[in-house]
Amino acid sequence: MRSKILTIIAVAAILLLARDIYLITGFPPERNQGAIFKIIFFHVPMAITALTCALVAFTASILFLATKNFKFDALAVAVTEVGLAFLAGNLITGSIWGRVAWGVWWAWDARLTSALVCWLLYAGYLMLRNAIEEPTQRATFAAVFSIFAFMDVPIVIFSIKWWRTQHPQPVFWGGGSFPPDWTAVFGWQMLAILLVGIVFTAVRLRQEQFQREIDSLRREAHAL
Amino acid sequence: MAYLQQVATIFAKDLRAELRTKEAINASLSFALVVLLLFSFAFDPSEETTREISGGLLWIVFAFAGTLLLNRSFARELGNDCLDALISAPIPASALFLGKALANFILVMAVELIALPLFGIFYNVRWTSQFWQLMLVIVLGTWAMTVTGTIFSALTVNIRLREVMLPILNFPILIPALLGAMQLTSSLVAGKPITEDNNAWLKMLIGFDVMYTAVSLFLVETVLVG
Repeated sequence: MRSKILTIIAVAAILLLARDIYLITGFPPERNQGAIFKIIFFHVPMAITALTCALVAFTASILFLATKNFKFDALAVAVTEVGLAFLAGNLITGSIWGRVAWGVWWAWDARLTSALVCWLLYAGYLMLRNAIEEPTQRATFAAVFSIFAFMDVPIVIFSIKWWRTQHPQPVFWGGGSFPPDWTAVFGWQMLAILLVGIVFTAVRLRQEQFQREIDSLRREAHAL
Repeated sequence: MAYLQQVATIFAKDLRAELRTKEAINASLSFALVVLLLFSFAFDPSEETTREISGGLLWIVFAFAGTLLLNRSFARELGNDCLDALISAPIPASALFLGKALANFILVMAVELIALPLFGIFYNVRWTSQFWQLMLVIVLGTWAMTVTGTIFSALTVNIRLREVMLPILNFPILIPALLGAMQLTSSLVAGKPITEDNNAWLKMLIGFDVMYTAVSLFLVETVLVG
């Protein structure tokens, strides 16, 4: 039953993505930036999905510490890994856009820098997990670190923004707005990428549960 | 009152243990010197531009040298199962944490206060012109470093790659605090006092300290006892 629902969501996400990509390629190039502007249809949804993942990981970590239910630990690690992948996608698409629009792959712009710091924070989370063998300790320590990391996100964003405003800002597009048909596609694209994230997380979650089952069977075999 | 006494006992014990052997503090101090020396090859020490980034250099030295001290904080308790004894002692985990954090703070501050004049001499920086404001920034920045460093030291004490994991976890979390401390130190060392213009960094630093101290005190029981 669960895998059926998952398949349906996955198919829906693929169909949505295909439709969006078809529509996006049909749009005329943006006046100032040309075709590269269309990367926003991937760049921004990926950032929002990654942020959602961080929020879910934070909630799951608190719930794990409160209940000691390993389901929440599995959810936290699954969603962190997926979020990290999306944030990496966000950084890479941003970098490609920067190369065309600014002429450099990387500028120490506020958003780029804070995204990179967040990426490093959550990469640290996964490294911490890898370094701990004992499951209960791993889950507890990882949850503690996840809470620390999530609390850091707003301060990082605020402080780096503040740091950068003391320097000349790279030219960002002004307060432009989307034409209505673009906005609609953007909304659908947002949904599509969010669905992809949900599917990834669900698959990773199942993997984590199987892993736990295998571990407990192995322990049982050892005991016998 | 009893709580403060418990904190003081742990604090005194940690300081005494360190001051009798001086292992970590000597290592940290010589490491700070080595890094100061290395920077002189990377940037021309006599140039004006080096003075502009001096706050950044100084805090990188502090962060690196501090990590060495913080790593030892809980690792010292591994031998003879001292950590288990400490955890089973009839004191709250937060008192244990606070005592250790304060001892680390004093040790890291000591290394910093020795490195600071040396830095001034090597790089021809007149750091004394805004002395008290600079001290305030150093105290706030160092507390940020020690409070997260102590809790992560407890977090990483039993795991593989302990020495590597502490900076990997601690530095990204510390970025806002280090950034603020670097900005303030650079302008203070250049002789400019804290004004309304960079007041926000000071507030951020204080906020960071308060927030992470509170969360650490709240979560340390979970880390140590499970």
